[in-house]
Amino acid sequence: MSLRPDLALVADLVPAGSRVLDLGCGSGALLADLIENHHCRGTGVEIDPESVIEAIGLGVPVIELDIDTQLDEFADASYDVVVLSRTIQTVHRQVDVLTQMARIGSRLIVSAPNFGWWRHRLRLLRGRMPISKDLPHAWYDTPNLRFTTLLELEELFGRLGLTIEQRIPLSPTGEPLRVAGAMANLAAGAAVYVLKG
Amino acid sequence: MGHQVPEAGSVGIVTTATATLFSVENPLRMSNGGSLGPVEVAYETYGQLNEARDNAIFICHALTGDAHAAGFHEGATRPGWWDNLIGPGKPLDTDRYFVICPNLIGGCQGSTGPSSINPATGKAYGLDFPVLLMRDLVAVHRALIRHLGVTRLLAAMGGSLGGMQVLQWALDYPEDLANAIVIAASSRLTAQNIAFSAVARRAIMTDPEFSEGEYAANGANPETGLSIARMMAHITYLSEDALTEKFGRQAQPAVDEQGLGIHFAVESYLDHQGKAFVERFDALSYLYLTRVMDYFDPFADPDALSRLAESPVRWLVVSFDTDWRFGTEHSRRIVRRLEHAGQPVSFREITSPWGHDSFLLEIDDYHATLRSYLQRAQLEVRS
Repeated sequence: MSLRPDLALVADLVPAGSRVLDLGCGSGALLADLIENHHCRGTGVEIDPESVIEAIGLGVPVIELDIDTQLDEFADASYDVVVLSRTIQTVHRQVDVLTQMARIGSRLIVSAPNFGWWRHRLRLLRGRMPISKDLPHAWYDTPNLRFTTLLELEELFGRLGLTIEQRIPLSPTGEPLRVAGAMANLAAGAAVYVLKG
Repeated sequence: MGHQVPEAGSVGIVTTATATLFSVENPLRMSNGGSLGPVEVAYETYGQLNEARDNAIFICHALTGDAHAAGFHEGATRPGWWDNLIGPGKPLDTDRYFVICPNLIGGCQGSTGPSSINPATGKAYGLDFPVLLMRDLVAVHRALIRHLGVTRLLAAMGGSLGGMQVLQWALDYPEDLANAIVIAASSRLTAQNIAFSAVARRAIMTDPEFSEGEYAANGANPETGLSIARMMAHITYLSEDALTEKFGRQAQPAVDEQGLGIHFAVESYLDHQGKAFVERFDALSYLYLTRVMDYFDPFADPDALSRLAESPVRWLVVSFDTDWRFGTEHSRRIVRRLEHAGQPVSFREITSPWGHDSFLLEIDDYHATLRSYLQRAQLEVRS
C-alpha cells in the first residue's frame, strides 16, 4: 500500500526504530507504514469511531480519546516522536496540545494547512472564505475549528519554546517547495515542521 | 414454545462436555496455598481447531455465566449467552476460529464448586471449599487448553469478571496468548464496587436458610438472600437511562394490592430476575466468585508487567460510556498501565445506552471493532 504523499513525507522525518505517538492518526496509515517498513513501534490516537476501527484492522494500536482534553493519559518523555499531522486546525486548545506533545516526546512533527496562501488571500479579497485542497470544506461544514497562517503558527511555536529544526513548505499538490521566510507563507498551501521541545 | 431450529449464523445444537483436569493425587495447587482435587470443568467448543492449532479463542465468562456461550442445547428455546457474537459469519466466526468456553471452578453449572461433593467427607464442600483467587481460575483455563491440544491461543477474551481473568492470564503467562481482549472490566475494584458485593454477600449469609453454608445438606436454599443479591446486582448492570426506557414509572397492572407490594414494573422485573436466578445459581458460588473480584489487583505487584517484555501480547480494551459498574475509568486505568509499559494496546469507549450489560448485546460499533481486531489478529499470527 502506498502512503499518501504528505504522510510519506512525514514518515521520512521519523528516525527508524522510533516509538511514535500519532495524534489524530485517522485510519492509521502512517503508523502502519512506520511499523511495517521502519521498525517503529507506536500508538495512534483518534476520536472518530470508523477511523479507529480501520486503524485496528491495519494492526495499529490505537487509543480512542480526545486530544484536546485527555493527553495526560500519556507519560512524560514516553515517546521519541509525537506527530500531529493535519490535525492542529481541528482541536480547540492548540496551546495545551502542543505543550502536552512537548511533554510526551522530544521530537515533534506538526503539519498544518496555511490560511495565508496567496490564493486564499485572493479569495478573501473577493469576499469569499478560502477553499483549497488543503482547506477543502465550506465554512459551515468543516472539521477545522481554528485557522492559522504559517507566520502565526511559527510565532506560537516560539512562544511555547519550541525550536523549529526543519520547515518543509508544501505546494497545494503536496510537493515540497524551495521557498523560505515570508515567501513560504505566501506560496505554501501547507507546511510540515519538525520541532524540538 | 417448541424446539427452535437454529438459524443461519448459529452454531446449531451444542452439548456441554466435561473434563477432569485435576485429581485427588494430582490436585490443583491453589494460589493461596491449599489444594483442590478432583477438579471437573464443564466446557463447550464451537468451530474446528485448525492443523496449525493457531485459531483458538478462549472465552472467559462473567460472574454468573456458564459454559454455554453459543448455539442451542437440545430442545432449548434460548441460545447461549454470547450467541450474538459467536457463529458462522459473526465477529467470532466459527468458520475461522475455534472457540472454547468453560464454566468457572467455584461455579455451579458443571464445574467443581462449593456445592460439589468433597471426596474427603462425602458431603458438599460448603465453606470448606478453598478461597479462590483470579490465578486459580487461570490455572484451570490453562489446564483446559492443554487438554484440548492448544498450546497458544489466538486470543483470550471476556467481559466484566471474564475480562479480569484475561488480564491476569496475559500478565502471568503472556506466552499462552497472542491477543488479550478485556471488555467492561477492571484491574481493581473501587470501594463502591466492593460495597455492592458486601451487601449481596450479607443478604445471602444472613438468610436463615444459609446454615453456615451447609444448606444443601439440610435440603434448603437461602433463596431470599440470593434473590436480593441478584436484584441489587442487576440494578448495577443497567444504566439509569436503560431502566427508564424499559420501565419508566409504569405501574405493574397485574398486582392490585396497595401499599408495599410490587407496584411498579421495575419492581416486578427485579423480582422475576431474583427468582429466576435462584433456579440456576448457587449461593456459595456467588459468595466465592464475588470475593475473587474483590481481591483482584494484579498491578499491585510491581513486577506485574515484567513478563510481557519478553513475550508481548497485543491488547484490546473496551468500555461502554454508560457503564457505572466498571465505568470507562476502570478500563482507562488498565490502558494506562499497559501503554506506559510500552505494550501495544488499543482502546475504545463504545457509545451505548445500556450500561454494563452492553458487553452482552449486539451493538454494531462494538461488534465491528471485535471483528476488525480478530481478523487482523489472525493475519498476524499467520505471518
